[in-house]
Amino acid sequence: MAEFLQFAFSGLTVGAIYALVAVGFTLIYNASEVINFAQGEFVMLGGMVTIFLGYAGIPVPLAAVIAVLVATAVGLALYRLGIAPAREASAVTLIIITIGASIFLRGVAEIIFDKRFHSLPALFGSDPIRIGGASILPQTMVVLASALLIVCLLWAFIDRTLYGKAVIATSANRMAATLVGINTRTIVGACFAFSAAIGAIAGVLVTPITLTSYNVGTLLALKGFAAVMLGGIGSAIGAVVGGVLLGLFEAFAAGYFSASYKDAVAFVVILAVLFVMPQGLFGKRMVERV
Amino acid sequence: MMQKTTIAAALIGLAVSVTGGSALAQVKVGAVLSASGPASFLGDPERKTLDMYVEDINSKGGINGQKLQLIVYDDGGDANAARTFATRLVEEDKIVAMVGGTTTGTTLAMIPVFEDAQIPFISLAGAVQIIEPVRKWVFKTPHTDRMACEKIFDDLKRRKLTTVALISGTDAFGKSMRDQCVAVAPKAGITIAHEETYGPADSDMTPQLTKIKATPGIQAVVCAGFGQGPAIVTRNYRQLGVEYPLYQSHGVASKQFISLAASAANGVRLPAAALLVASKLPDSERQKSVVVGYQNTFETKTGQPVSTFGGHAYDGLMILVEAAKRAGSFESGKLRDEIEKTKAYVGTGGVVTMSPSDHLGLDLSAFRLLEIKDGDWMMIPESAS
Repeated sequence: MAEFLQFAFSGLTVGAIYALVAVGFTLIYNASEVINFAQGEFVMLGGMVTIFLGYAGIPVPLAAVIAVLVATAVGLALYRLGIAPAREASAVTLIIITIGASIFLRGVAEIIFDKRFHSLPALFGSDPIRIGGASILPQTMVVLASALLIVCLLWAFIDRTLYGKAVIATSANRMAATLVGINTRTIVGACFAFSAAIGAIAGVLVTPITLTSYNVGTLLALKGFAAVMLGGIGSAIGAVVGGVLLGLFEAFAAGYFSASYKDAVAFVVILAVLFVMPQGLFGKRMVERV
Repeated sequence: MMQKTTIAAALIGLAVSVTGGSALAQVKVGAVLSASGPASFLGDPERKTLDMYVEDINSKGGINGQKLQLIVYDDGGDANAARTFATRLVEEDKIVAMVGGTTTGTTLAMIPVFEDAQIPFISLAGAVQIIEPVRKWVFKTPHTDRMACEKIFDDLKRRKLTTVALISGTDAFGKSMRDQCVAVAPKAGITIAHEETYGPADSDMTPQLTKIKATPGIQAVVCAGFGQGPAIVTRNYRQLGVEYPLYQSHGVASKQFISLAASAANGVRLPAAALLVASKLPDSERQKSVVVGYQNTFETKTGQPVSTFGGHAYDGLMILVEAAKRAGSFESGKLRDEIEKTKAYVGTGGVVTMSPSDHLGLDLSAFRLLEIKDGDWMMIPESAS
């Protein structure tokens, strides 16, 4: 029983990370139908910028705030310079643009930072909490709580504010939204910025657990995408549930089956979802009227 | 038009031959290192060491009246990239010797290239299969994984811990050390009751460690790997509250491991070269002046703490240089012969004496048993535990 619990806790830890990445994906997808594969780099930037500012002498909390602002600026730049000029390009083209941006950001990070692994001190210390014979890090609870908080805030924003309605309008029908006076460019840009900020916050919170380096973004983005597919593209709750479920699948596969195939789980999940349930757990069935 | 180009070409040729006066007498030595990627805390100090000592040698006039030109390529820990760079060093750069191959994987990929080209290759990687069976053109400076297993098992026996679990990386060094440990365990009286593996780029080893914790009868855990993996294993180990002693291999012999593993590293034991405890060695130790000298030079020039990996690169370069001095030339065949005749060379890794059947030249006494305490290395006396 203790073993099962321990695997579950490990699964929750990685799952929380995937959940935050997935929420970032969802936000941008909802606003612009673009799947932003540079999402992983935002997470990397959050962690790495904080660490390097810390080395330069800036206290960690301030460094974290600056890191989030830097990532937000990068997200905005990605939209302004990469996505907006492409205008009416097809979804595939836009996705490839984001993949290119991800490679570019990784290359820049390699040069500005270095190629080694780095860590941050945990918020509440690194002594694990023991529950039922298994242990969980306090930092994991922080990450999980933050994921829930961010989703709640997002939901409140989207559902309860005028700007939130504008986001829904933009994602429902771009042309109609423009016609009623919504500045869709600003809305989509803001979504990119938020998404980058969420990714960066995830990066800062998660680095004490998983360490970070210039190239963690790629695999994170792929697994976050798997989480989004599992949860249903377009649904914020689906993103969180998908992320946590994916983390749990990975941990149980590593524990009960074989640790060598842990990374393969995410890709098996994508295939399974696409074959059996393409709309994911919480997604809406797509109906095309002819 | 043609005249102008010819004159320009002639002037350039003249300029090159004048300034290249020293360049003409430069001897090319190649190095393919993993300065980036998962093995970066091995490859980066190696690179820095080779750069600073080649510069130092050249500033003192070079060897045999010739200056050394060091050509370094970064393979990022990828064996395919390493092999491509090795081929480039042989065919385009035309090196006379090679000191490099940070990891077992990259070394094994490059060996055929240097054997075919008949260029001596001093490897900086750990696995025993690099020099066993003995290959004519391949040597190495770090202690082997088999020696690490033997040293660890010796200490385990002294502490009367005979049932162990083994967790190893799936990279070439991790696999090789796992195989060596399994092979020498019966002779050492150790039983390996449970085994786990992890991928070298994994960031969470709690599932594997949970299974180890749940196995009854385990008295100690041995981790075989290098780079970031063992650091995460160590962090997860303390996070799960596993009580048994944890042993690492010499693949973590760098302060970067301690900074990555933080307070979890306290109490971890590992076999390593005397270099790590240079200042704590008694003056009567033969290695003392060499290791202290290297440590001071490295730490002053780079501002980073010394690591055994840089030490292995230093040993590799110096063995090559001494061989070149004895041979009186840089012809690859003569270099190889003299490298093989290295006798009682006092290096950072130990006292090296090579022979046609031994291309490493170190024995178990070159390895010291260390324990990590408060962020620093402590020597463990080998009579008591």
